[in-house]
Amino acid sequence: MSQKISISAITIILIGIVVVAVLQADEFTEKDQQRWQNEYMSVVAKGRELWVSPDLGSNGVACAQCHPNAANTHPETYPKFQQQLGRVIALRDMINWCLMNPSEGEPLALDSREMVAIEAYVTYERRGVSLEPGKH
Amino acid sequence: MKNQKRRDFLKTAGLLTAASCLPLNLVELAFADDSKNFTFAYISDAHIQQIKGNKFVRNWDRGLSRAVAETNLLNPKPDFVVFGGDLAQLGKKAELDHGADILAKLDYKTYQVMGEHDYYLDLGEYWSEIFGKQYYSFNHKGVHFIVLNSILTFDEWTFNRWGTAEQRMNEMAGLDNPNGSPFMVGEKQRQWLKKDLEKVSKKTPVVVFSHSPIQKIYKGWNFWTDDAEEVQRLLKPFDDVTVVYGHVHQIQYNQIGNISFNAVMATAWPWPYPKSYSQNKAYVPKLTVPMNRANPFHERDATGWQLIDINSGRVDLRYSLTNNSNRTVAYNPLTGQPEDKDFQEKTKQVPPQEHY
Repeated sequence: MSQKISISAITIILIGIVVVAVLQADEFTEKDQQRWQNEYMSVVAKGRELWVSPDLGSNGVACAQCHPNAANTHPETYPKFQQQLGRVIALRDMINWCLMNPSEGEPLALDSREMVAIEAYVTYERRGVSLEPGKH
Repeated sequence: MKNQKRRDFLKTAGLLTAASCLPLNLVELAFADDSKNFTFAYISDAHIQQIKGNKFVRNWDRGLSRAVAETNLLNPKPDFVVFGGDLAQLGKKAELDHGADILAKLDYKTYQVMGEHDYYLDLGEYWSEIFGKQYYSFNHKGVHFIVLNSILTFDEWTFNRWGTAEQRMNEMAGLDNPNGSPFMVGEKQRQWLKKDLEKVSKKTPVVVFSHSPIQKIYKGWNFWTDDAEEVQRLLKPFDDVTVVYGHVHQIQYNQIGNISFNAVMATAWPWPYPKSYSQNKAYVPKLTVPMNRANPFHERDATGWQLIDINSGRVDLRYSLTNNSNRTVAYNPLTGQPEDKDFQEKTKQVPPQEHY
């Protein structure tokens, strides 16, 4: 009798584990997705703020002055061989090139939050375009 | 006769090329009667930008200074120079003064066109103080020239929406700013234009200078004039009409009915074509073969000047580009539209013309 009870208890526990496991492994709610999207979009918005800011460089020249809606940055082509620099570079290297040249400022740390935000904005404006790394 | 004109023209172009290539636009007006031929230069979109005090953004200063120096070297001399608007970046007195100082070195009479960057701080007050009327017309050797202030907008936006003049200027200065407002010539100026044109024979070539295109290209960046159709209607009765506009910082050309449209380059920086913004359906006039962007690392890449030649009252433009192959966009009387002399055919275009 007690053996039966213990078998039933084990079964229930096992089922419980399976159910919990299913929930943990591959189910998330719309609310989760919404939150993640919001987190992402807040960084895109931060990137847009930086994009139009006259204070990113030293001379008041903002990224958006030459690149409205981040156009003509073609992030989908990076990394690529940047012939003027003679090596393959990432989009963030070009962002720093612009900061140092037309904007006459200091480069951002490549792993800085600002750099991630700018990349988030630039790629968001180019969403839906096929990746073409290396293309000129 | 025609060949002779072409030779003369090429000679002029050769001299210009020898004088090197700078962000200004020389216009030649060639008539059947050679004595009526003349040229003028077109410089536009300098965007002189104050950092603080007497410090200005070097890159934009150099673009304009170079254009001015080059224009002074032209031989034969142009009859006059047009500056196509956006002399300043944020409409400040210091910027307009500094820009006017650079332009004052020109050896020629200069006509001014109002740009939105000159206007929205004090609604053109200081600009008018130094340059005069915001819209006007004049006749020169048989051509009727009209200068419009095409960058006006709704009164509500101009007068009631913004807390400060600086904020209003900043909102309009951002090309891609959704808080901006569409440009327009406006009822008052259209009435003036109608009256002005009443005195002009329909056979007289008419050339209009405006800052924004008097056609609708892409509203999101104000490559746009809201009452373009109304203005075009006033110009419709004339045999030969050309609109030369700035603002877009790129090669554009188009033909709508009797009106040819030609955009001029900026001395400051080039702008992407609207189609390169993938989130919007945006169009460039189908005719336009995009400008080349071979090397954005070069400060003067995709900036340049035009030599404009009017054949039988039509304007042809020769873009002389500092860091890119020169282009010629000429009115083709056979097809009745402006076309690129070298690159119009798809097969003749070179890879960067895809503007990647």
